[in-house]
Amino acid sequence: MIKIILKKVAQVMVVMLLISIFSFAIIELAPGDISAMYITADMSAEEQAMVMEKLGLNKSPVERYWEWLKEALHGNWGYSLSYKLPAMGMLTKRLPSTILLMGTSLLVSLCLSIPLGLIAGYKKNTWIDNAISGFAYFGMSIPSFYFGMLMIILFTAILHWLPSSGMHSFGVNTPLDTAKHMIMPVMTMALSSMASKVRYVRANTIGQLSEEYVLAAKAKGTSGMTILFRHVLKNTLLPIITIVGMNMASLVCGSFIIESLFGWPGIGSFAMEAIGKQDYTIIMAYIMLSGFILVMGNFVADILYSFADPRIKRGIDVANGK
Amino acid sequence: MENKVVINENSFRRMEKKEKDLGVVYRRSIWKDIKKEIKANKMAIAACVFLAVIIVACLLAPLSPYDPNALSLADKFAEPSLKHPFGCDEFGRDYFTRALYGGRVSLLVGFSAMLVTVFIGTTIGIFSGYIGGKLDMLLMRFTDIFLALPSMLLMVVLNSFLKPSITTLVAVLSLFSWASVARITRAETMSLKERDYVIASRNLGAGSVQIAVKHILPNILGPVIVAASLGVASAILTESSLSFLGLGISVPNASWGSMLQGAQAFILDRPILAVYPGVLILLTVLSFNVLGDVLRSALEPKIVK
Repeated sequence: MIKIILKKVAQVMVVMLLISIFSFAIIELAPGDISAMYITADMSAEEQAMVMEKLGLNKSPVERYWEWLKEALHGNWGYSLSYKLPAMGMLTKRLPSTILLMGTSLLVSLCLSIPLGLIAGYKKNTWIDNAISGFAYFGMSIPSFYFGMLMIILFTAILHWLPSSGMHSFGVNTPLDTAKHMIMPVMTMALSSMASKVRYVRANTIGQLSEEYVLAAKAKGTSGMTILFRHVLKNTLLPIITIVGMNMASLVCGSFIIESLFGWPGIGSFAMEAIGKQDYTIIMAYIMLSGFILVMGNFVADILYSFADPRIKRGIDVANGK
Repeated sequence: MENKVVINENSFRRMEKKEKDLGVVYRRSIWKDIKKEIKANKMAIAACVFLAVIIVACLLAPLSPYDPNALSLADKFAEPSLKHPFGCDEFGRDYFTRALYGGRVSLLVGFSAMLVTVFIGTTIGIFSGYIGGKLDMLLMRFTDIFLALPSMLLMVVLNSFLKPSITTLVAVLSLFSWASVARITRAETMSLKERDYVIASRNLGAGSVQIAVKHILPNILGPVIVAASLGVASAILTESSLSFLGLGISVPNASWGSMLQGAQAFILDRPILAVYPGVLILLTVLSFNVLGDVLRSALEPKIVK
């Protein structure tokens, strides 16, 4: 078991390293850089060179990557080129509001999709199933930002119930107010990740219902709902772990678009701004941070999965000749 | 001389030429399976009809009397009418025409990205699976990394630095989606290359390329077609997200996603402008998703119970 975890840790590190090389290369290949903000046409060549040196742009990309990596491993992520503040600090300051959004929408999507999937699987091919599956199709096919826009149209423009952007109303700082601001972004984020979960749980439930233990429970006279929520639920929860891990990707990337749409003051909208300014220390720090959240999500899911399902551990042990 | 029966090739084949109905179909082509499955599913028929209509409409877009980019301030925010079925946008451009031209871009990007993705993915998958060994391991680690990369994130970064055009969009989209196709085709190739007919043809002296193209490719076509259909759907979705962030093709040209970006500014006063392109994206993606699922149940009966 420890061997597997170590192997996974090594894998995570390699992926992180590659992500960093990849994103550094992209930023390097891009035409134009931050110096455009400082260099004006009337500067002399010497002055320009000085600016370049101060920004560290006079070195070769490989040198700069190496320096960046060395510093990053020491926990120093560089200073934002446009704000002159530590890049990671600026991101971590905004991280809680992003995590609040991501966590809530993950919770909402789990709480809704598992029962829906179970019921759809149980009532296979009835109108209930068709309605739920149709809903899942809808969630899968609608661009998340568009769903967000539709919510704004309905709840802000027509009904005037909810505020369309930001995290607090001006001068108000109560949990209730924040919750009101959160409803639309959370629902938007939850919808797209719900679709795949509902479909998975449904398919799994259908598979589980043909197992013998369900037949045995039925023969004993257990009611349908008890079978569903007592026995089948446990067995369908396993793959959900992996899906939640995979979902981290859509949550992290979704936060990007949804934060921009709803003006949520998190790391996504902040990074979007940094991309516009070509502030590469912030972009790098953001990619590494969200890449880390993403990769760790998958990593934890893998480990949890093998703990939750002893069959897998045994399978791996057998494969390893134990 | 005249009565002599000439025995030629035809004399032997004559009996076989008459088709006998045995009640069992031995030659089940992929297309027959697909047709049967689509006919049996009402959703699939609706999806096909919708896609056909939208593709034809987008192809016929130049027939519209309006120029999609021509400004006409007199028609600013014109209400939907017979003259302008979808109304006009903030510059008085006919919204219906723009939606058709936007559809051309969205569909073109979707299809091209899918073709490139499938081509790269299948090539790497077959190559890796067929050759095996160290090369396979190396290629698969490479694929794993591409699957683990936060693709949307890097796409946004990449696109914000590149000059936005259809080509870059297609390149960026396919760069981040070939990996899953490679995974599927590799797994299929691995199991196919041990089959007797492949071994037989190898022993008869067929080269690797010949086996890959003639024997393996036709047999992995099923999963590849499914992946292609779902690939178009996700490419259109991703393109719309990128365009919405302002990273799609450049103004004044439009795609459905960039029309939504334009509509966002007027969302509180003119919400109707956001409705049309969004519904078009939704229905198109939905159709491809439905089609993908139907294709899956037609082509991979083992997986779907």
